[in-house]
Parts: sequence; structure tokens; C-alpha cells
Amino acid sequence: MVARYWYLLRSSWPRVFDLIYWPTVQMFMWGFLQTYIGQFGGLPARVGQTFIGAVMLWDILFRGQLGFSISFLEEMYSRNLANLLISPLKPAEFISALMIMSIIRLSIGIVPVSLLAIVFFGFNLWALGLALAAFFLNLILTSWALGIFIAGLLLRHGLGAENMAWTLMFIFLPLTCVYYPVSVLPPWLAMISWMLPPTYVFEGMRALLTAHVFRGDLMVQAFAINIALIALAIFAFLKYLQAARRHGSLLQGSE
Amino acid sequence: MPSTEPAIAVSNLVKHYPGGIAVDGISFAIEPGSIIGLLGGNGAGKTTTIAMIMGLVAPTSGSVRILGHDMPRERYHILHRMNFESPYVEMPHRLTVRQNLSVFARLYGVAARDARIAELAEELDLTELLDRPTGKLSAGQKTRVSLAKALINAPEVLLLDEPTASLDPDTADWVRTHLEHYTAERRATMLLASHNMSEVERLCDRVIMMKRGVIVDDDTPARLLARYGRNNLEEVFLDVARGRGEAAREAVP
Repeated sequence: MVARYWYLLRSSWPRVFDLIYWPTVQMFMWGFLQTYIGQFGGLPARVGQTFIGAVMLWDILFRGQLGFSISFLEEMYSRNLANLLISPLKPAEFISALMIMSIIRLSIGIVPVSLLAIVFFGFNLWALGLALAAFFLNLILTSWALGIFIAGLLLRHGLGAENMAWTLMFIFLPLTCVYYPVSVLPPWLAMISWMLPPTYVFEGMRALLTAHVFRGDLMVQAFAINIALIALAIFAFLKYLQAARRHGSLLQGSE
Repeated sequence: MPSTEPAIAVSNLVKHYPGGIAVDGISFAIEPGSIIGLLGGNGAGKTTTIAMIMGLVAPTSGSVRILGHDMPRERYHILHRMNFESPYVEMPHRLTVRQNLSVFARLYGVAARDARIAELAEELDLTELLDRPTGKLSAGQKTRVSLAKALINAPEVLLLDEPTASLDPDTADWVRTHLEHYTAERRATMLLASHNMSEVERLCDRVIMMKRGVIVDDDTPARLLARYGRNNLEEVFLDVARGRGEAAREAVP
């Protein structure tokens, strides 16, 4: 399955360009904003110095899910899903291929952008070292959990659920406090925010970039929630697959 | 000793959808090596029946056994021994024919992938097309590619849903000839849903006629023609579809 998606990606330069284009635009926009705010010194400068890091970690989360979901959508666009579902391909193998593709697609986008960030803004994502590995692991796990859940929705509801693939992750943007600390949220919303693993990652990133402290405790908590999320997502996917078989949705594949 | 179990055994199969009953308690058994036609008008339940045999649709009740295994419970014991072709299920357009066939060869665990693809390309006249994107092919060429995909694992059970729909007569005839050869050489079992009566008459050892989710007749083409007093299956089909065949059906020995 990975070969299938790789062939597709290789055959289409607009698909590759699309992987790099938006992360680059975002990085430049937030990078220049960070530079501008940095000129004021004091608190604004301290707040601003996390922007590039935040946008790049957000891209890992968002692009990770998108990479997973788009690969799945390709099967629906090409009306190939029935061919796969009557083949000996097991759901676990299908999901694993989508995970691998999500990392490949993400790498194509994020690696060049991270190098541009060093050149233009002196921000070296790779210098975060072990912390980056912990951030990445937790963000990619959340992105896969959402990707698996959306794939289930698509199986059950066909392309009628396509918009969820593009927009569902955006609820995480305000809730997981990408650009501001959790402390600014009202208590009831903060409670919800702490249920989402990326919140721990973005808080951890701010601690690292502003106070130079790596919060391993936050990463462990995020990982534990991620395991629960992945388990829930797989459960939902299998339930949606069963429901799709009951309702005959796999025959239709479209609306 | 060869197995005496039917290649496909369907028992009291029922499928209810919220909008109504698609299949209403059908039963039939198909012997290994035979070609069976599934006939019926639109909404008769043919596609739903084939989908339940493949495990794409879960039956409301009843059972399906393929090559001695329960579908869908034991699906991973049999899926690599069967395959499906339909003009309504396509393959990724941007991938070349070779890439598409290679992906499916891997999915079905075909051992000598390149050799099998070359062999099928030769048989189905696809050698020149192997490195062209699948989406750039004509309808007839795409059908041959879909057929190559359906035969990639040399299936013992082949399910076909209107395999020659929208093909010109020459290509359609070519496809039928190939299917005849394949089933004869491999002693494969084929279940074919079609609206093309001459196709069914030519290929099938036996015809199962469906109407509104139930089997209304099941016999060899020759016996159906004799019993309905008709010259071709199209006339038999019209008798069944328009409710004119009651007396003939009651005459079943």
C-alpha cells in the first residue's frame, strides 16, 4: 500500500508542491511577526519568540492528520476502495500504510521548511533534540488518532464526510493553545484543553523556549492520553466499518 | 480426494435496508468449475448478493460459504483465492497499468509478481500499455486492465458485475472469450451478474433469475428457453420481469 501511495505522489508534482507550499507560507508569516514583536523587547518579545516553534509543531499535528486522511481520500476519489476491501488487505495493514504515508508526506513538507527557518530567522527546530522527538511523537500520535477516526467516518458516510478531513483538526487550534498558554483560558475550557495531548506539547514547547526547561512530565501525560485516543479511534474505525458493511455504504463510496 | 463442497453456497440470505428489502431469503449452491449467471432487472438484488458474497455488505441473516469457509467470519482464509471485476470499481488513474497491477499483486501475495504481470499482459494484450497511466486508457483498455487485476491471483472464484457494460461488441466478445478460456483452463468458478442476455446465454452453465430480492427461476439456459417457450434469454427475462412466466415456473419438475 505504501508503494501505491508513493507511486501516486511521485507521479504528480502539484501534490509534492502542495506539501511544501502552505507550511512555508505559514513559517514566513509567523517568522516575520516574531521578528517584529521581538523589536519591542520585554514581555512581548518573550511571548513572540515561541511563534515559529509553535507554527512548526502545529504543522506536524495538522499535516500529519492531513497526510493520513488525504491518502485515504485518494482511494475514494479513484473509486478503488471496494478493490482494496475485497482484497486480503487487513484493516491494521491499511492503517499502518496510512501512518507511514503521513510521516513521508509530513517530512517532505516540514524538513525544507525547518531549514528555511534556520536561514531566515535563526530558529533551529532540530536543536531541540530529544525534546523535539517527544513533541513529534505525541503530535503524530494525536494526528493519527484523528486520521483513523475520520477514515471511519468516510467509510460510513462516504465523501459526504470529506469536509471533516480538512476541517476537524482546526478545533484543536484554539483548544490546544498553540500560540498562548492554557492559563488564559476560562477554567472550564482549560479543563477540556488538558484532555487533549497537543496542549501538553505546546505548553512543553513554551517552557523549553522561554524558560529552557524540558517538561518530561507533560510528555508522559500526553503519551498516556494519546494511547487512549488511538485505542478509541481504532474502536470507532472498526465500528464504522461494521456499520458501513451493514448499511451498504462500501458499495456506494460517494455521497 | 477432491472436495465435494460447493465453491459458493448461499443459504437463506437476507438483506434489509432501512428503505426496504434488497435480498429476501435466497439460497443456491454453485459447483466448482461452473459459470453461473445472475439475472434480474435494476433493483432485483444482484449487486447486493454479489457484495454479500464478497463480504462488502453484511447480511441481515443467512450465510455465505466460499470454498468451504464462512464469509465474512473467515474472510482472510479465502479472499486471496477469489477476486472481483466491475466497470463501476476503478483503479487509481494516475498510476501506470504496471504499478496498479504490481500493487494488487502484492496485496494478494502473488509470488512471482513481474512474471505474472507479464503473463497477464501477454494474454490480455496489455504489454504495450503497461507503462501508460491507467486513466489515459480507453474504456475497452481499462476493462482489460480491470480483468488483469481480477485475474492477478489466479482466483478459484471470480465474481463479475456487468463485466462488458459499455464495451463495443468486438471488445465485449474478446473479454467473454478470455473468461471462457480462463474458467476452462483453471477450472475456476464464475458468478456473473449481467444485463446482457446473449453474454449469459453464451457463457453460463446455469442462470439464476432474481426479481425484487428473491430467486424466481434457476436452471440451465436451454431448459429455461424450452420451459418458457422462447428463442432467447432476453424474451425469458422479459417474461419474468413482466410477470408473464408464472405457468413456466410452475412447470419446474
